[in-house]
Amino acid sequence: MNGKGAVIVKIFLAAISRLAQLFFAFFKIAPASFGGGYAMMPLIEREIVVKRQWFTEVEMADMLSMAGIAPGGVAVNAAALIGYRKAGITGAVAAIAGLTLPTFLIVISISYAYFYLRNEPKVEAALRGIHAAVIAMILMAAYRMAKISVFDISTACVMAAALFAMLLLHKNPLFVILFGLVIGLVIVRGKELVGLSVNTEKAGSSAKTMLEPEYYI
Amino acid sequence: MLWELFFTFLKVGSVSFGGGYAVIPMIQYEIESHGWMTSSELQEMISLAGMTPGPIATNSATLVGYKTAGLAGALVTTLGMILPSLIAVILLASMFFRFNNSKWFRSVFYGFRPIITGLIIYAALNFGFLSGDETGFTWMTFVTLLICFGCLYAMFKYKLYPIVVLLAAGAAGIILY
Repeated sequence: MNGKGAVIVKIFLAAISRLAQLFFAFFKIAPASFGGGYAMMPLIEREIVVKRQWFTEVEMADMLSMAGIAPGGVAVNAAALIGYRKAGITGAVAAIAGLTLPTFLIVISISYAYFYLRNEPKVEAALRGIHAAVIAMILMAAYRMAKISVFDISTACVMAAALFAMLLLHKNPLFVILFGLVIGLVIVRGKELVGLSVNTEKAGSSAKTMLEPEYYI
Repeated sequence: MLWELFFTFLKVGSVSFGGGYAVIPMIQYEIESHGWMTSSELQEMISLAGMTPGPIATNSATLVGYKTAGLAGALVTTLGMILPSLIAVILLASMFFRFNNSKWFRSVFYGFRPIITGLIIYAALNFGFLSGDETGFTWMTFVTLLICFGCLYAMFKYKLYPIVVLLAAGAAGIILY
């Protein structure tokens, strides 16, 4: 009886410790990752593959490509996937909580501090400078995305159409996104009907290059 | 109010393919149609979301929620943003889809990725230059362009970390504006 109880306690403790490890692995990464979700990828890989050795590099690449196709931020998806593979649904929740909690607290404190400091001329000027830097970071993300997605006339036209719809027609982005989900099928089908060959990926690229872009180019 | 925040961000989270930056136009559209923030508040919010560590999409969600309905608001918007990821990932992982080899799937992404690129470019233009309060080309606009190109140059050429770029840009802002 006593032995059985001890085994149950041991299993329980092992499960808790696995969840705690997942939580803290991501808890550590999040506050150090400035520059959005893509900037987190190299840090996550180092923590999970090199330091903790939970998965091999190949398994990691597979998981990252899956993280890229699911909706949501890539970093959040990657955390959920790693957590799920390691410890099921509770693992996924633990990993996401670890990733989100520190940034959540940081965002709230910064927002709180900003509320009191917003009328300081120096703070205002610094935020304007940061505003410009954030534009640069968004442009950088656009460049990275363009490098893997725009490689022939059709893709260039689709990109221009999306930009046009947003800039001039002020369409709900949701329509643009839904349109985007069918346009690829239409183009590929259309090209096949007139007998053109279609390459749906940029030559020499793979899912891995999409998810491990040269972030620092 | 909390339900409305939650469902709005659940919706945004469910269609936020392609990472955080493409979500900015979606968030902006929702905020404007609900009248939750003014356009200059939105600008400040995106700057704050971009300078804090972590994914910009969840950071923006947290900020919008906090601004609109306090701590409870921040909690529900963040949850709304994360929940679709969690569900989608668990579904994908438990079904063991090998998507990359399916032609159908590749065709979808062939057309979808350029759309995401367009949305991100729009996010940059709109956030940067189109929805500001000042009209015309002022010293402010010039300095913004200058710092923006400086940052791009630093990231491309010297591969500087985003945190260094952010700090330098903040310092440049204090000196130049």
